[in-house]
Amino acid sequence: MESQEVKLLGFWVSPFVHRVEWALKLKGVPYEYIEEDIFNKSPLLLELNPVHKKVPVLVHNQKVLAESFVILEYIDENWKQCPLLPQDPYDRAKARFWAKFAEEKILSDGAWRAARAKGDNREKALGSTIEALEKIEGELKGKGKFFGGESIGYLDLALGWISYMLPVWEDVGSIKIMDPTRFPATAAWMSEFVNHPAVKDSLPPRDKMIIYFEKRLKELEI
Amino acid sequence: MADELVLLNVWPSPFGMRVRIALAEKGIHGYVTKEQDLVNKGALLLEMNPVHKLVPVLIHNGRPVCESLLIVQYIDEVWRNGYPLLPSDPSRRAKARFWADYIDKKMYGPGRQVWLATGEAQAAAKGELIGCLKVLEAELGDKPYFGGDSFGFVDVALIPFYRWFSVYEHFGNFSTVAECPKLVSWAHRCTTERDCFQVSS
Repeated sequence: MESQEVKLLGFWVSPFVHRVEWALKLKGVPYEYIEEDIFNKSPLLLELNPVHKKVPVLVHNQKVLAESFVILEYIDENWKQCPLLPQDPYDRAKARFWAKFAEEKILSDGAWRAARAKGDNREKALGSTIEALEKIEGELKGKGKFFGGESIGYLDLALGWISYMLPVWEDVGSIKIMDPTRFPATAAWMSEFVNHPAVKDSLPPRDKMIIYFEKRLKELEI
Repeated sequence: MADELVLLNVWPSPFGMRVRIALAEKGIHGYVTKEQDLVNKGALLLEMNPVHKLVPVLIHNGRPVCESLLIVQYIDEVWRNGYPLLPSDPSRRAKARFWADYIDKKMYGPGRQVWLATGEAQAAAKGELIGCLKVLEAELGDKPYFGGDSFGFVDVALIPFYRWFSVYEHFGNFSTVAECPKLVSWAHRCTTERDCFQVSS
């Protein structure tokens, strides 16, 4: 069997990197992890991802891949065990749709923005994040343990950051975003996710995340 | 049973055009286009795309698919015996998805700003847009199409914006052919060589 050399350039607290790691672990793909300091980018990172200069970057048998959702689909297509995306094209389109939605509305411009913002900006960001979470809650209702049913999949990996990073942001930003009484299906899913064998031992330590995000909050206040 | 296909669109939308091109490349012409009013949104659009309330939406046998690049991938996966829009090799597919994502993330926003903004904001957007077009041109290199010898996913993603180049040029006061001559040649190649451009205008 040909050697499957996989390297992953990452940053310890990046949710974009974590989702790639979970995918590799779920598929049982061994990889070499290379920690990058994103505040002091290495020549290797700049050479491998000159377009975005970001992690994660996956290198597989000299092929270089960037952008976490692109990498997830590559992993799924290259290693067929433990499929991440559903087989049916319509279900695949739906999973991709919700992953993109959550990325745009809850991650990038949502929860982290709300945690950092003050006054009216905070209210606005919080409002739109909660609106987006309501839609995700709707998608989870009656599904089972995970978005795809009993098995963890692409959409779970895409939204997984919510289960361990969102509580940290709520803490450092002194803001309540994920109310379990308002989002019971999401709260249950969060618990299933963080306890999944491919996830639970790979999460960064909470106290380390708190220190990191407290610092970032001061630097990025809006 | 014959497939029922309905496309919710507005005729100038470059995102809608991606879907029309994809369908044409697969030889699918028997679909209904329902032109939408985006100011007074109709019940069908709100029902089929309640999250974003935007076009395009492809309704296939009553089930809606939203987001243009997701629709193009859906079309490629459902009509997999037709013209392949994405390559079969996973790493080439990943490359195609990467560049289509780049177009949406990096080019669309600045392009819009060049058209809509003024002063410093417009100048900054112009710099970003030209930078982005040059990156795309470098990726194209000397290949006839982004995917190589065949028209594919990235070409489908970018070519609708060719119509917008003249808008960007007018408002941003620059010349695309001067800044990115290979990209302009690529656009001419697409619009003269692909059958789908002889049908839609």
